[in-house]
Amino acid sequence: MKPAGSTDPLPAIIDKGGLQVLIDALIGGGFTVIAPRLTDGVIALDTITSVDHLPAGATDEQEAGYYRVHDGGGGRLFDYATTPQGWKRYLYPPEERLWQAKREGAGFAIVEERAPVPRYAFLGVRACDLRAIGILDAVFDHGRSAEPRYVARRDQALIIGVNCTRAGSTCFCTSMGTGPAVGTGADLVLTEFGDDAAPALLVEARSPAGRKVFARLGGRQAAAEDIEAADAAVAKAATMVTRHMATDAAAILKRNLEHREWAKVAQRCLGCANCTLVCPTCFCGSVEDTTDLTGATAARWRRWDSCFTSDFSYIHGGSIRRSGASRYRQWMTHKLSHWWQQFGSSGCVGCGRCITWCPVGIDITEQVRRIKDSEGGPH
Amino acid sequence: MAVTATLPETMVPRPYLVDRVTADVSDTFTLVLKPQYGTEQFAFRPGQFNMLYLYGVGEVPISISGDPNDPQRLVHTVRALGTVTAAMQKLKRGSVVGVRGPFGSSWPIDQAEGADIVIIAGGVGLAPLRPAIYAILARRERYGRFVILYGARSPKDILFSRQLERWRSRLDTFVDVTVDRATGAWHGNVGVVTGLIGHGGFDADHTVAMICGPELMIRYGVLTLIDRGVRTNNIYVSMERNMKCAVGFCGHCQWGGNFVCRDGPVFSFDQIADIFQVREL
Repeated sequence: MKPAGSTDPLPAIIDKGGLQVLIDALIGGGFTVIAPRLTDGVIALDTITSVDHLPAGATDEQEAGYYRVHDGGGGRLFDYATTPQGWKRYLYPPEERLWQAKREGAGFAIVEERAPVPRYAFLGVRACDLRAIGILDAVFDHGRSAEPRYVARRDQALIIGVNCTRAGSTCFCTSMGTGPAVGTGADLVLTEFGDDAAPALLVEARSPAGRKVFARLGGRQAAAEDIEAADAAVAKAATMVTRHMATDAAAILKRNLEHREWAKVAQRCLGCANCTLVCPTCFCGSVEDTTDLTGATAARWRRWDSCFTSDFSYIHGGSIRRSGASRYRQWMTHKLSHWWQQFGSSGCVGCGRCITWCPVGIDITEQVRRIKDSEGGPH
Repeated sequence: MAVTATLPETMVPRPYLVDRVTADVSDTFTLVLKPQYGTEQFAFRPGQFNMLYLYGVGEVPISISGDPNDPQRLVHTVRALGTVTAAMQKLKRGSVVGVRGPFGSSWPIDQAEGADIVIIAGGVGLAPLRPAIYAILARRERYGRFVILYGARSPKDILFSRQLERWRSRLDTFVDVTVDRATGAWHGNVGVVTGLIGHGGFDADHTVAMICGPELMIRYGVLTLIDRGVRTNNIYVSMERNMKCAVGFCGHCQWGGNFVCRDGPVFSFDQIADIFQVREL
């Protein structure tokens, strides 16, 4: 588990009390701690101040178009798959004022927003979601331009990953190469293992910032058998993954922009945009100008938008993508195929949220398979 | 210490004063802008666009239609089609417009040196091509034959008609104009602009074509040029999509794997040949 030659300290073992020490250290260090928390019947992300805010004993059941939380009764803090939304909203808020303008004579004067950038510690970032953050980094901070607010939030964020020890039924991280073990980019990584009533947490430090917090954790040094048990728990999660994305999805979609399956899936798709809103990498946003009633101040807002709305592609004379089929095709081909051209990777991390939260249970892995299996057929 | 983030210049409009408004044809007008503060020169490449902002109304992408060798005057030609452009039509000298830009790719003015040039424009599509025409005429000796083909709906819709006449009077430039519907005094061509391709002649092996207009016109223009032996990597088109942020973040202008605001609006046809014919992409 520990890469050879690294300067990282040996992993430590902590319990629930040790995790509280970690949370306190983060809050003391000026971080707002965001973590999974039972809210309105779902395990959502929220601000926490205590280890008791974590959903102890909770498990989730996810299927296409289905999500339920169950009380497993044990003491595990991370015994569930993905939260309904990822961490995107903290780095790229759903609604954000970019600037204000004041009327000034015949013209206007821009008033830039000077709100301080929040300093987040993300506690419980799964492997797929960490990869999603890496993908958003490429979207908002690349050679040609950088979105300074995203970059500032990202630079300040501390990431505490959690290796998955259970896979949900909509998960397909293994075929996307993104999980269940947390990859690069985390400052600390936790693995929960052992006794169900009082599980242990193996903690690894993986960055200078992570090592700084790690030094204050206490706990005991992990023994070889702890590391083995933690590794086994993560390996088991990989075997629990039942859904798989075709490895050549990008090429399949690229050569099937015109395929009868697009019209077929459009008969089921409600165009509700849920998939784009729960997707941890969907980044499209609208840019909207508003004015107050007196006309004295105007503002520019950026809001999450979705390629499933009909006015998304509007130019004078009408929308480019008038049919549901073309809008579904846009979402799926962008995510799995055109993303490669834009950012050098897939836009999909295999988190399965778009499957779980689709009200009619459309399964992106199944859609790719349907196209693949009927290639070259009548259109 | 609290960290704050400052937006880059590309995301915040800079105030410009309207210096002159000219009514061109029925719904089309030209704005000449100069900076409200300072004397900044506006450098751009032919084919690029700006985001023009009207306080309290909104923002729209508009191609720059002025002369790249005259950076003192920032010129846009606008067709009043929506809320923002209709409000812009009412602007007067001294009105203030916000400007972000310039954005996007440009016509291949330098790469095309030595080649015959064929410019094909439809309607207000002549506006984004005018900077290219200025640039080519400014060093006319570096190019082979220079052909400008233009189509408008009717004689009264011919944009920049006096300039077209002036260019036509040059002995080193071939200009031909057609209209969809002729009226009384019109004795020129009638029909689609792609029907003019071939007029003025060009050496297909050594020709660079630049096309802007309605997408259907672009399609037939490209097909005709390919038929006549022009290479697809020498055919350039300017595309229009929903540009909102103009810096490749908002995703609205995506076309296949391209962000039209950033990778376009000018594409060589070989870049987009595989997606050009796909409807509703």
